[in-house]
Amino acid sequence: MALPDLFSDYTLRTVALGAAALGATSGALGSYAVLRKQSLLGDAISHAALPGIALAFLLTGSKAPLVLVLGAAIAGWIGTLVVMRITGSTRVKEDSALGIVLSVFFGFGLVLLTYIQKRPDASQAGLDRFLFGQAATLLQRDVVLIATLGSAAVGVALLFWKEFKLLSFDPDFAASMGFPVRTLDVLLTSVLVVSIVIGLQTVGVVLMSAMVVAPAAAARQWTDHMGRMLLLAGVFGALAGVSGAVISSLTEHVPTGPTIVLCLSALVVVSLALAPNRGLVWEAVRQARNRRRMHTHAVLGGLYELDRQHPGASHAHATATLEAMHPGARHELDELASLGWARRNEAGDWAITPAGTAEAERRGAWPAGEEEE
Amino acid sequence: MTSDANPAIEVNDLTVAYRDKPVLWDVDLRVPAGVLMAIVGPNGAGKSTLIKAALGLVRAAAGQVLVHGRPYAEQRKLVAYVPQRGSVDWDFPTSVLDVVMMGCYGSLGWLRRPGRKQREAAMQALEQVGMQAFADRQISQLSGGQQQRVFLARALVQDARLYLMDEPFQGVDAKTERAIVTVLQQLREAGKTVVVVHHDLETVPEYFDHVLLLNVRRIAAGRVEEVFTEENLRLTYGGRVPFLQRRNGGGGDGDVRLAAARAG
Repeated sequence: MALPDLFSDYTLRTVALGAAALGATSGALGSYAVLRKQSLLGDAISHAALPGIALAFLLTGSKAPLVLVLGAAIAGWIGTLVVMRITGSTRVKEDSALGIVLSVFFGFGLVLLTYIQKRPDASQAGLDRFLFGQAATLLQRDVVLIATLGSAAVGVALLFWKEFKLLSFDPDFAASMGFPVRTLDVLLTSVLVVSIVIGLQTVGVVLMSAMVVAPAAAARQWTDHMGRMLLLAGVFGALAGVSGAVISSLTEHVPTGPTIVLCLSALVVVSLALAPNRGLVWEAVRQARNRRRMHTHAVLGGLYELDRQHPGASHAHATATLEAMHPGARHELDELASLGWARRNEAGDWAITPAGTAEAERRGAWPAGEEEE
Repeated sequence: MTSDANPAIEVNDLTVAYRDKPVLWDVDLRVPAGVLMAIVGPNGAGKSTLIKAALGLVRAAAGQVLVHGRPYAEQRKLVAYVPQRGSVDWDFPTSVLDVVMMGCYGSLGWLRRPGRKQREAAMQALEQVGMQAFADRQISQLSGGQQQRVFLARALVQDARLYLMDEPFQGVDAKTERAIVTVLQQLREAGKTVVVVHHDLETVPEYFDHVLLLNVRRIAAGRVEEVFTEENLRLTYGGRVPFLQRRNGGGGDGDVRLAAARAG
């Protein structure tokens, strides 16, 4: 299929819209998880949701999206409360508590799923798509549900913008001013739960946490402003959601979750490498430039010292002398010449210029020999 | 003294325990209004815990804390808190001005966003700590001393009567230390009460007028010239007080009030 089909093909349009809505929601709200260093929480919530989906189906016999999402939300929420309870009342640390909840709930969910699939009636077909996600199965009613719940979750986050920001940055200070930190924590976590469960049908429980963490991690690279970070994370999430969902719907038997994760990985890699200020590439460029500047000034200092040891004339020195003092000095000498701090005579020897002398003295004297020891 | 009739803080029989280990044991304390008090004691003495218990951030196993005569929960608007600098993530995506404005979130109440008035208050507080030029700076670009001054400015925005500060001098440069001391003294002159967890024994007589010596139990509390004695310090630090050994190397009379003359 060609790209224009995205706009004419009904199924594809549904898939793209749903993926965009869930990607924007989980991307933006996942920023809170990343900023609060709770990236693993998303993983625990999504895995913990699986038994909720299975139980909701077993109890109601319905596969209506609202029923399954509700089951997922309740189970994910209980999982989170169990994590908070374990960390609050035992010596088990949060990462261990998350690991315990994740594996126990997920294991239970798998058992239930297996039981459901062994039942004789055919109505169970398709629940296993919640493992790795199947965007092609999205219907219009699913998209409406995703968009409604997603907007509600984002709306709550916008309403409590100031409170959630303070909670994320300095919870002790928030508590000292009388904000009910525990309640806010539960509210923010509930919002995160909603943003996760609406993506389970499309992305699957196994990889949903990537939708929470990766867009936020990528967005953080590009901005130092929290509002812009959430916005950008939403855009990244939507972008990866749409590309992954559409690619997987166009190909037979390609689960959506892994495809979306591959798209996200590309975004993250590019952001880690190329983002200004925080990107690795610019960091390396900056370091190289600093090193270069330090070398240049060291050579200028060398010229300055030589000049002072041979006062009177603007004495020239062979490149070899300077090379002996500073290996590789000829590059720095060219740099100094272009700055007007050194010049070369007809014999190819180097001398410091008055401007260079002034610069060296402005920089503070290089004590003789310091560079060499 | 009239201020004693209504102390800024009154702590009665306060006991705090983490698991089964007591961190504070049966502490009584009265902080008169309008004083500048240091809390000193060795590591693990419960200095920060005392402040956090006063703020209701840690739960007391027994005892109570009154702020200007009433429980803290009713007096929050009278109290400003400066947490330890290391308690937050300074790589958080926000600006200096934004952090300082957080000081007015409590008085704003739910849902309302800070506006021009809060912005002006924040700028004024930044000016007071000499950081107005950094208002738009991303907080990860600050030095330790600048971070500490931002936290102080945030507390100034709270416009409180009682300031509780957890190690505001921790790892700051000399310039910041002077700036902070100046602000503390301005607060006292304005009739506020300031309680500071402090590490540097040498500067206690110079900076503060009251002191609490704490080591899980209250050792002594009161005016610096009365209770900041060698004997009390030995009781607090268990006899190993490098500061005292330095000072009394010649077997002096042990009057640590002379510490104020440390330049000599």
